[in-house]
Amino acid sequence: MNLSNYLVLATILFSIGALTVLVRRNAIVVFMGIELMLNAANLAFVTFARMHGDLTGQVVAFFVMVVAAAEVVVGLAIIVAIYRTRRSASVDDVNLLKS
Amino acid sequence: MTTALGGLAAARTVADADGALGLAWLLVALPLASAAVLLLAGRRSDRWGHLLGVAAPVAAFLVAGAMWLTLLGRPADERVSELALGTWVDAGAFTVDLGMRVDPLSMTFVLLVTFVGSLIHVYSIAYMAHDPNRRRFFAYLNLFVAAMLLLVLADSYVLLFVGWEGVGLASYLLIGFWDHERPNAVAAKKAFVVNRVGDIGLLTAVMVMAFLLGTTDIGTVAAEAGAMGEGWATTIGLLLLLAACGKSAQFPLQSWLGDAMAGPTPVSALIHAATMVTAGVYLVVRSGAVYEAAPTALLVVAVVGAITLLFGAIVGCAKDDIKKTLAASTMSQIGYMMLAAGLGPIGYAFAIFHLLTHGFFKAGLFLGAGSVMHGMSDQVDMRRFGGLATYMKVTWITMALGWLAIIGVPPFSGFWSKDRIIESAFAVEGGWEPWVFGTVALVGAGITAFYMSRLFFMTFHGTRRWDDGSGTAPGVVGEVPGGVQHPHESPALMTWPMILLAVGSAVLGGALAVGGAFTSWLEPVTGHVEHHEPVLPVAAIMVVTFLLIAVGVFLAWRQYAAAPVAVVPPRGSALTRAARRDLYQDVVNEALLMRPGQYLTRSLVFADRQVVDGTVTGVARATAGSGELLRRLQNGFVRSYALQMVLGIVALVAVVLAVRI
Repeated sequence: MNLSNYLVLATILFSIGALTVLVRRNAIVVFMGIELMLNAANLAFVTFARMHGDLTGQVVAFFVMVVAAAEVVVGLAIIVAIYRTRRSASVDDVNLLKS
Repeated sequence: MTTALGGLAAARTVADADGALGLAWLLVALPLASAAVLLLAGRRSDRWGHLLGVAAPVAAFLVAGAMWLTLLGRPADERVSELALGTWVDAGAFTVDLGMRVDPLSMTFVLLVTFVGSLIHVYSIAYMAHDPNRRRFFAYLNLFVAAMLLLVLADSYVLLFVGWEGVGLASYLLIGFWDHERPNAVAAKKAFVVNRVGDIGLLTAVMVMAFLLGTTDIGTVAAEAGAMGEGWATTIGLLLLLAACGKSAQFPLQSWLGDAMAGPTPVSALIHAATMVTAGVYLVVRSGAVYEAAPTALLVVAVVGAITLLFGAIVGCAKDDIKKTLAASTMSQIGYMMLAAGLGPIGYAFAIFHLLTHGFFKAGLFLGAGSVMHGMSDQVDMRRFGGLATYMKVTWITMALGWLAIIGVPPFSGFWSKDRIIESAFAVEGGWEPWVFGTVALVGAGITAFYMSRLFFMTFHGTRRWDDGSGTAPGVVGEVPGGVQHPHESPALMTWPMILLAVGSAVLGGALAVGGAFTSWLEPVTGHVEHHEPVLPVAAIMVVTFLLIAVGVFLAWRQYAAAPVAVVPPRGSALTRAARRDLYQDVVNEALLMRPGQYLTRSLVFADRQVVDGTVTGVARATAGSGELLRRLQNGFVRSYALQMVLGIVALVAVVLAVRI
């Protein structure tokens, strides 16, 4: 099976993730889009590792997972905190820093 | 000319200032310390301030007297001495030494300034008795005396410049002493600004000297003057003349002197008659060596003197304000001195001689005018005087002596000095010069006799033109403004200085002229000059002078003593109207200098606002405007930021790919 198909899949997944981040207002859904992009990147890393016969890409994929997990923890905590005070999880409502 | 050069060369051997001459620094230090005490102690010294103020010039006069006796005890060729006080500026090739030059010329000035100054200080005690700021007045007078003595004692042009500016400052402060009245403040400012024009001349001359010779030491400049070339000597000479014109109210910078009469009368007597305004003559005579190397500049000095001589005399004939008449007369008499100085070494001694006698009789006349004003509730309009001789006998007699001195009646002081100037004007070398300068000096003597007699007769003789409270004012139709007058003689503190100055006006000239005593006293500085024969016989010049003086006095007597004087000035001829307005000097200055100057400054301000400020604010506005535009991108929506990031990354990737492929 041609390895470049995995790359095409990763591109499609990344684009879906990016679009999700850009068009959805719900912070939870935006997070899901980010996860999608991270995993698309992981897929690309693993594919390239396979292509070049080098394990570095796979190791980086593990790092990305760890970072993604940490990011989810922090991000969800922020979202919950905002929701508690403002009764909304929409990213467009979080614009207090605008002058 | 060669004999004069020889004389100057001999004078260049400079002796040390030892003995009493070593006290020269005290002359400046004493009045300066007194001024500092009076100004710093403030109101606390109000009670005794005037006493300290009088003590300082008197002490300086005693020191000067001791120095003078020491100088007299020396042989003539050792009378030029310098007192070194240290180095002031040491900047590599250019150094300025702090020192004092004690020689017959500066000694003459020191004696004049301290003696007349002391008398006027005494007079001021009574004259300013009712002024709450009398102490401040004395502080300024002391400051003036200190600066004037520094000016004449300085051994370098830089130090001279310090004194020059000092007297200018004191003059400004004293003209505007009653600055709560606007015209006085304006007059002070006018004097300051016009003097500034002259100061630029002196400053530039000092720079040229420093550039050419690397020093401004008066002795060195005199020694090197011949070697610097006629072009440079002429430049320096004309610049010094500009300075002299500003300080001495000579044409075309004379407009400030009339307005300077806004100051208290003792100030007019000391600063604007006897001493400060003659500083220009001092400068020209002191720089004699420079002018010897620059005949053109010397000729310009004489021409300026001749013009001012007539100018002041004509203005003096038309003024009704007693002080302004005296101011115009001062201008004219300094014109005589300038003319004499412009004749070259032949006239230097006579210029200083006339300066000395003028210092006495003009100060006396001003103090007399102050005494009249004192007795007439500060009235200055001579058309409101008349017949005052019986009310103020002492003032009348002292002013009569001053009047006889200034118009040149023998044996009074003015005769000895002015007659010699007229004679030397006829004796100057050249084709047209002796005739022109001689005639101008002659005619000036006639006009002087007319306007001074006019002043004297209008004030002390003729009919009474003031209201004595009896309900009638003889010689006058209608009401007399100024209220009821009670003319009275001034207190002794005022009359004694007047008496002493009147005695000086009467006998000083004759005493110093005996055997050419004064001329030979000044010889170490001015150089020895062989006497030239005038183009006309001396006897003829004298006879014509006396005739003109007699005609002037007679015309004034017929018009202002024998005939009634109108209280309201008649319209007069075109010349009279012009002379009343200072021959339109102010109008000319305003049209030629003030208006274009104001236009220039305004257009410069406009250019500054539009171009310079415009560039700066334009940059600021452009920055702020672009910020305003970019601010729209910061809308606070996270998603739009994310979109911008994505677009940016896409663009970057596109660029990288485009470059790679």
